[in-house]
Amino acid sequence: MTTTAPNNLVYKRPVGFTDTPTHYCPGCTHGVAHRLVAEVLEELGLIDRTIGVAPVGCSVFAYNYFDTDFVEAPHGRAPAMATGIKRVLPDRIVFTYQGDGDLASIGTGEIVHAAARGENITVIFINNANFGMTGGQMAPTTLPGMKTTSSPNGRDVETQGYPIRMAEMLATLDGAGYVVRRSLHDPKNIRLAKKAIRLAFETQVRGLGFSMVELLSTCPTNWGMTPVESLKFVEEHMVPAYPLGDFKVAAGLAQVKVKG
Amino acid sequence: MTRELWKGNEAIAEAAIRAGLEAYFGYPITPQTEILEYLSRRMPELGRAFVQAESELGAINMVYGAACAGVRVMSTSSSPGVSLMMEGLSYIAGTEIPAVLVNVMRGGPGLGNIAPAQADYNQAVHGGGHGDYKSIVLAPASVQEAIDLTVLSFDLAEKYRSICMVILDGCIGQMMEPAQMPEMKPIRRADWEWATDGRMGKRERRILTSIYLDPIEEEKMNLRQISRWKAIQANEVRYKEYFLDDAEIVIVGFGTAGRVALSAVRAARQQGIKVGLLRPITVSPFPFEVINQLAGRVSAFLVTEMNSGQMLEDVRLAVRGRAPIEFYGRMGGVVPFPDEILHEIQRIAAGPLSVDSNPRDEWYERMMAAR
Repeated sequence: MTTTAPNNLVYKRPVGFTDTPTHYCPGCTHGVAHRLVAEVLEELGLIDRTIGVAPVGCSVFAYNYFDTDFVEAPHGRAPAMATGIKRVLPDRIVFTYQGDGDLASIGTGEIVHAAARGENITVIFINNANFGMTGGQMAPTTLPGMKTTSSPNGRDVETQGYPIRMAEMLATLDGAGYVVRRSLHDPKNIRLAKKAIRLAFETQVRGLGFSMVELLSTCPTNWGMTPVESLKFVEEHMVPAYPLGDFKVAAGLAQVKVKG
Repeated sequence: MTRELWKGNEAIAEAAIRAGLEAYFGYPITPQTEILEYLSRRMPELGRAFVQAESELGAINMVYGAACAGVRVMSTSSSPGVSLMMEGLSYIAGTEIPAVLVNVMRGGPGLGNIAPAQADYNQAVHGGGHGDYKSIVLAPASVQEAIDLTVLSFDLAEKYRSICMVILDGCIGQMMEPAQMPEMKPIRRADWEWATDGRMGKRERRILTSIYLDPIEEEKMNLRQISRWKAIQANEVRYKEYFLDDAEIVIVGFGTAGRVALSAVRAARQQGIKVGLLRPITVSPFPFEVINQLAGRVSAFLVTEMNSGQMLEDVRLAVRGRAPIEFYGRMGGVVPFPDEILHEIQRIAAGPLSVDSNPRDEWYERMMAAR
């Protein structure tokens, strides 16, 4: 079948995507985040030399959707795998795509030291305040009082500790070139998220060190909310707990112009 | 090429470089740290990748990443560190990619100590990480053999898309001996049909993963690994025989324990005892067939190890009750003296022996009685 693109085409599948329907739940923002990464890789002309590293979690199958080489890491170890790849193939673009169980819980050692070493890799960090794949257990990012299947009475900070703000933590490290937090809860923020993802890959292209974009995301299924309620929850509860902003921007990025 | 005086650990490091090691990731732990230190100087000097990782978890997953990229990559560690690497090893096995790991074993379990031991035999040979897989495991008994087997490990790992481990102990790691280094091989990037090194305008995308969500597909992978292992068993069994032609008693020992046993064998021969030594070089694949054949013609076996009798079980499997098996082990980082093994040889030569006894139980009784 041949199709002709209409003159007023405003939306198409990015060339960085494979023709595979995603397995994500309706209303989940993983699809949005995936698309933004694919669009950026396409716009920067990087698809052909990009190698992705998938995590363990809902996005374990991320490799099915990107039309780039991909490897699948053990839980939390994606930054170490990415380090191994980037060190032997420094002219390739290497990114990890990790959730909050993966990056902020089991993988804290790997992410902290990848950033500290200034590994020239890009990390897309999905913060949806729970372990999605295993059915909605408490994550290090779960908000105080938030109910999950392993904090059935709400996260009690006295016994279960406090949320971890990964972007702020990693931004303290000298090896970090670009560390920001964005949100995917409305079109304006999605556009800002895309700009940030673009800058993160530009950081890598320019060899300015470790880059990470933390994306506040939804998990309607495990949160027990409709997609719309979930977006509202991000805006009203996640954003106040996880402020959006730029925590580290290398001086060398000042000249980089990113169109919206 | 002339022989030079090499320390075991540094010899392994240099041998890996000469075999075309392109990336090394490690973490300090005694008694293997000299490998890391040596490579921290040599690898950057040659423009190759070196990272001191944040942990053995980090190191093995950096190995995993570089292995996916299709380069010759290695990590080295010692017992507690290798335990931490088991997760990564299982994933590497499940992804069917080549990787080399050296374990300079020390006394254990737990933190144990830093003295020479062979207590990680079972971990290396019979599993370690989760899931169904096997690794090729080579056990050198001298610095020269450590060099040769390190070079071989890269070839075997690539040939079979397998993990190849070199297991030695602090004796060989720390000891200096005259040895000959191989010539420097140039880095040669094979154009593997599986490597995820970027499409680069040449091909469709590739994926490397250890996930097979469909059990039928996972079982296919398991079967593929068995078929690969059959080829390894058929082609790669290596061992060394000493005085076996007329031997009535055969000692089986690997690495340092095998080398100490050789001194005891020589001493026993001077006393007229017909004893020989079989020293497995590949402890995995294990030389079952040669032991099977020996079991039909010799009067007894003595297994010597620096553990509580781990390889002993594989020898028992090969002998299948056709000849008595005795065991002598030292543990916890204690290296046996040749005299101790000579004493065992004399005891066995004097007999009587039974095929029905449990060699480990009897050894334990003797150990306790001697205290």
